[in-house]
Amino acid sequence: MCQIRLDNVQKRFGDNPILSDIQLTVEAGEFCVFIGPSGCGKSTLLRLIAGLEDTSAGNIHIDGVRVNDLAPAKRDVAMVFQSYALYPHMTVYDNMAFGLRHLKLGQAEIDRRVRAAAESLHLAALLERKPGALSGGQRQRVAIGRAIVRQPKVFLFDEPLSNLDASLRVKTRVEIARLHRSLGRASMIYVTHDQTEAMTLADKIVLLKPLAGQDGVPSIAQVGHPLELYHHPRNRFVASFIGSPSMNFIDATLQHAGADGLACSAGGITLPAAADARTLPAGSSVTLGIRPEHIAVGQGPLKGRVIHLEHLGEHSYAYLETPLGATPLIAKLSEQQAAIGDTLPFALPAPHLHVFDAEGDALPRLSRHDVTPAALATH
Amino acid sequence: MTSQTLTSAAPVRPSSAESSLQRSRQRTAWLLVAPALVVLLAIAGWPLLRTIWFSLTNAQLGDLTQLQFVGLDNYIGENGVLRDAAWWSAVANTLRFSVISVTLETLLGLGVALLLNTPSRVRTLLRAAVLVPWAIPTIVSAKMWSWMLNDQYGVINVLLQSLGLIDHPLAFIADPDLTFFTIILVDVWKTTPFMALLMLAALQMVPSDCYEAARVDGVPRLRVFSHITLPLILPAVLVAMVFRALDALRVFDLIYVMTSNSRLTKSMSVYVREQLVDFQQVGFGSASATVLFLVIVLFTAGYMAFTRRRMQGV
Repeated sequence: MCQIRLDNVQKRFGDNPILSDIQLTVEAGEFCVFIGPSGCGKSTLLRLIAGLEDTSAGNIHIDGVRVNDLAPAKRDVAMVFQSYALYPHMTVYDNMAFGLRHLKLGQAEIDRRVRAAAESLHLAALLERKPGALSGGQRQRVAIGRAIVRQPKVFLFDEPLSNLDASLRVKTRVEIARLHRSLGRASMIYVTHDQTEAMTLADKIVLLKPLAGQDGVPSIAQVGHPLELYHHPRNRFVASFIGSPSMNFIDATLQHAGADGLACSAGGITLPAAADARTLPAGSSVTLGIRPEHIAVGQGPLKGRVIHLEHLGEHSYAYLETPLGATPLIAKLSEQQAAIGDTLPFALPAPHLHVFDAEGDALPRLSRHDVTPAALATH
Repeated sequence: MTSQTLTSAAPVRPSSAESSLQRSRQRTAWLLVAPALVVLLAIAGWPLLRTIWFSLTNAQLGDLTQLQFVGLDNYIGENGVLRDAAWWSAVANTLRFSVISVTLETLLGLGVALLLNTPSRVRTLLRAAVLVPWAIPTIVSAKMWSWMLNDQYGVINVLLQSLGLIDHPLAFIADPDLTFFTIILVDVWKTTPFMALLMLAALQMVPSDCYEAARVDGVPRLRVFSHITLPLILPAVLVAMVFRALDALRVFDLIYVMTSNSRLTKSMSVYVREQLVDFQQVGFGSASATVLFLVIVLFTAGYMAFTRRRMQGV
């Protein structure tokens, strides 16, 4: 068992708050991804867990032991750095063996571990090379191998794929997922700014938001299963960060709220939405949100003029100019052929509309979407 | 037409190395280095050739026009420099001085560099302060140390006596047992900062994430130093050592100012000056200067061959 628990962790650099009020549990064997825009402190949080930075307040427990005052080496973690941090003057073999040699494991055991890791990472033929003679993807795998041979309780990955090209990134992503399955009991914490990596790898996503110098605001915007964050964002920040292209937002005024939904008006048009707004008085400002793939194009009471098209092969995105607001809506088109200048009918289906209050907090949705217990259990 | 020009100029095809673009690049390169070459020939090449010419004659400093060609007499003749015991004693002194001082300076410089490399508020100030001994002209520091080490009124003797470490003043510069040690001490004091700064620059080039990776892996500090830091800064340390060794082989001012006529500390350069100026033997002096030059050329060539092999080995 190697649960990681962070209790009210704070980090400041001088007067500048970087992380505040971090309350988080990563369960044994879980794959947890820290994601957020640059400057949100996700790498700092990872370094706090590794012990490369000290917390300003709060406690970190690994496997039930408070590790605040333990040196990184005593925490039984292994880290894969963004820059790989390979020792340039050592061969691949020595790079992997170096972290073991002081442990008095015996030459045979070190050799067994290094060769096993090299085998599983397809590095066996490269053991005598130096990092300078390896490609980016190979260096990446050496860095992962160096972590594996230590057989730690926790793996920490700091943006491990960010220096790889797109196709290699997808390949390595799959390898990391496979590695996690094969290691079974080890927990993994993975920092990335790439939401595809986060969505595809994570059992649990921790979305952090930049504090930008504010004090007393929790850093974590939302924690949950990837689909939970996708379908039930807790606030506008989460809704806009998760999903690409980003969710469309429409400013609206609440007209009426009831147990079965609400009605609001945007640009003089009345729109129903399946959310519970009974806590808000009529006339409050709200923001409607809808993802591009949920806009039903081709039928419906609303009309939008196509001002720009992005063809991605399998589908296209249309930028629709509508009376609902000044910002064009991005809608996903699957089959329809559209041209710039066309006027298309569309609808904003009430069950797919997200509603946020003036503070940006999401109102409870009346229908749960796609995040069934069965869907969660498969992960 | 355009595509043809492009392919012929492309560097991927070595067979077309003599393309017009490449020729014009080479012309520009020669043009750019020409001024430096001319200056070098004038200030280094000409005096060197002149020295080599004089070394083959019996020229005297009093009248350089009255000279006769004597072949290699000044080198290997009966009274040639290579048969002079005083020359060989100067060679031994110089080598001893170079090996001991460069070793001490390297070790101390590494220590100082490691101290300066630890993060601290006063680091910038210390880095500047460390340079002071290096910035002082050698003549000034040699004189300063001569006075400080004087056996009658030197401050060092007073200090050592008041601390009870010695019971009578030591003649650091005059005592045959101490002069060599004193010369080395002053040289180390003066040039350790140079070594420290070169090594500090090398230390700062070591990627910090290598250290962090070793920290997470729990590698002991001494092992990190011997297996990561040292191998990574070694090339820079070697360069610094060679620079210092070349300087040390030509050592003159320090020894001349502090112990000008002592046989015990006479270096090759001091010997050369003595022959040229004191004894007025321009021919013989030039021969010894040429031998000194050859020693340094050999040393440099050896070093270059060594580094070239190292670079190819990587």
